[in-house]
Amino acid sequence: MIERLVLWFDDRLGAAPFLRHALRKAFPDHWSFMLGEINLYAFIVLVATGTFLAFFFDPNASEIAYHGPYALLDGEMVSRAYASALDLSFKVDGGLLIRQIHHWAALVFVAGIVVHMGRVFFTGAFRKPREINWVVGMMLFMLAMLAGFTGYSLPDDLLSGTGLRIADSVLLSVPVVGTWASMLIFGGIFPTARMIPRLFFTHVFILPALIAAAIAVHLAILWRQKHSQFPGPGRTERNVVGSPMFPRYALKSIGLMLAVACVLAALGALVQINPIWIWGPYHPWQVLSPAQPDWYVGWIEGALRLGPPLAIHLWGHTVPSPFWAGVLLPLLLFAVVLPWPWIEAALSGDRAPHQLLNVPRDVPVRTAFGVAIFVLALGLTLAGSDDVAARYTHVPVTDFTRFYQYFCLLGPPIAFGIAYAVASELRAKGGVHKAKRVRLRRNARGGFDAEELT
Amino acid sequence: MNSRERAIAGALIVAMFGSLGFVAAYATGGDRLYEGIALAAAFGGLCATAIGWAFWIVPDEQVADAIEEYPSPPEVRGALAGELRTDLREVSRPRALVRLLYVAAGCVVAALLVPIRSLGPNDQGRLFHTRWKRGDRLVREDGSAVRAADLNVGSIVTVFPEGWLGDAQSQAALIRVPSDTPGTAQGYLAYSRVCTHAGCPVALYRASAKQLLCPCHQSVFDVLRDGAVVSGPADHALPRLPIEVAADGTLRALGDFPVPVGPGFWERA
Repeated sequence: MIERLVLWFDDRLGAAPFLRHALRKAFPDHWSFMLGEINLYAFIVLVATGTFLAFFFDPNASEIAYHGPYALLDGEMVSRAYASALDLSFKVDGGLLIRQIHHWAALVFVAGIVVHMGRVFFTGAFRKPREINWVVGMMLFMLAMLAGFTGYSLPDDLLSGTGLRIADSVLLSVPVVGTWASMLIFGGIFPTARMIPRLFFTHVFILPALIAAAIAVHLAILWRQKHSQFPGPGRTERNVVGSPMFPRYALKSIGLMLAVACVLAALGALVQINPIWIWGPYHPWQVLSPAQPDWYVGWIEGALRLGPPLAIHLWGHTVPSPFWAGVLLPLLLFAVVLPWPWIEAALSGDRAPHQLLNVPRDVPVRTAFGVAIFVLALGLTLAGSDDVAARYTHVPVTDFTRFYQYFCLLGPPIAFGIAYAVASELRAKGGVHKAKRVRLRRNARGGFDAEELT
Repeated sequence: MNSRERAIAGALIVAMFGSLGFVAAYATGGDRLYEGIALAAAFGGLCATAIGWAFWIVPDEQVADAIEEYPSPPEVRGALAGELRTDLREVSRPRALVRLLYVAAGCVVAALLVPIRSLGPNDQGRLFHTRWKRGDRLVREDGSAVRAADLNVGSIVTVFPEGWLGDAQSQAALIRVPSDTPGTAQGYLAYSRVCTHAGCPVALYRASAKQLLCPCHQSVFDVLRDGAVVSGPADHALPRLPIEVAADGTLRALGDFPVPVGPGFWERA
């Protein structure tokens, strides 16, 4: 059957040479090489569940009195967007499960991208010839964060409306073009009736299309360049050794796809996420406390909490405080991380193409830099929930803010120093060596003989 | 069937029962919990099958591919570079025309960007002014006007200008302090509720310290010092709404906020 189908295609497309090669293509086996695939499969789950949700969501800001299964909100004035988000959770069969799987898949999607980026960074997989895919990957990271943010802003609940208000304030803080950008994006002064339909179109069409295109480019380049590999017997800078694409690698990958679907279904069933009926509808004069955004926005939220209360006034113009934490800091971070392949090549003078990966200890400067960025991101993210920490520890939130300010200023350089020292020492020793196990035996002279155990 | 094949068969049966369970949960009222667990079982069974198949049934073999597709051989690269150089030289011979082409292309792109303007009105005036005007009564969320006798010392209420209930830019916090507090309208003060840091409602009030707190990024403002920033990331004071107690006992605005409300922006002095 399959044989005849393949031959049918070969009659028309001459596909036999390509298929023969493709089915035997080598994919190196290492657990960390599967991380990127988690994101691909999370994206497939997102498209499938998102399509279902889009059939029921009504991106409409006009207000109606809510009457529905959630009795506690009966009679409340809510937007049609919020009402339809409640209805697709409570009235549509299977709707709540699909909505929860969708939201969980979004969190996993961005988390998987971050972990995959870490793998690529710490093993030097971004080096020539793979710089293009590093940049495409960074684009995917930014698109994924935007897709997540526009997505959880859609239901027009109290948490999402407040988040949009903060995003608008960050936009307003941009010098020269800030107010223009804010009004063009929101269609007037925040909050507007246009913002929900615009967010909806961006979230369900523009961003998924861009992400799908970027994934296609990412995978096409990977296919062309072939996967990198860790050093080992028979592996060189000009080959790749691994399982054949078919049948073994394909089966493993399908297994991973089903594992992602299984975990997301279980999360959607068991762990409640974004219960918008508890947050309530968005009214611009109401707010939740404590309130946290989705985890991948936490670092910007934290930066805004820690940022200096500093406005600069120049010739009748203002650069207000959210600019430093909400615009300048992310821009600076991306300005270093995005061109990192070229920065590292300039620092090390290494411009040769690489097929063999590094172990993190091999390149102490890179590893130390990566650890420093991680510590900074961690500090900012934790600062984004300092109000929750204050609530549970009864320590004043201002003390937490002060602590995280020091943590984010001093933590990264200290982490850089420690990571550099550890990596350098491990490199000098050639890796981690386990202590040898010996058996001590009393000898006839009263001393001890050591006998090595294997 | 050996034990490994039996294990895979078991996983496939789990997947079948999972799908059955999913349909059953859907058909009997659609409880999120049972639907999701059944779905997870269906996917999990298939997942175990694929993994088991990959490791137990498919032979473990290693293949090696040489990297030969790139870079291309030097003679091909050289030929391409040479051809490109010749073509470009010939194409760009009329120098003046090339320059004109760049300018024209720039014009076309600029013209195509102009309709972006339709996305939103430049409603900058509303960043500078709210709906408050002299004589407006201060009304609560439910539309009722606040009278001087209404609030106890230490209490706070959200108010809007009459006729503009729920207006985001105009929302204000009306606070009652002891009547003999200097600089107040018989013990009443009103501040903008739009945080001067990132625009969240300044919704928390600590009556003991007479401080307003923003729950989003924890900026703290002093009610008795004209809304000055006590701590947090806000870079300027909360604007104070001038109010009076009118002859009829209601609280009324004496005008708009003296400075723009909310977070800073470029055009603000």
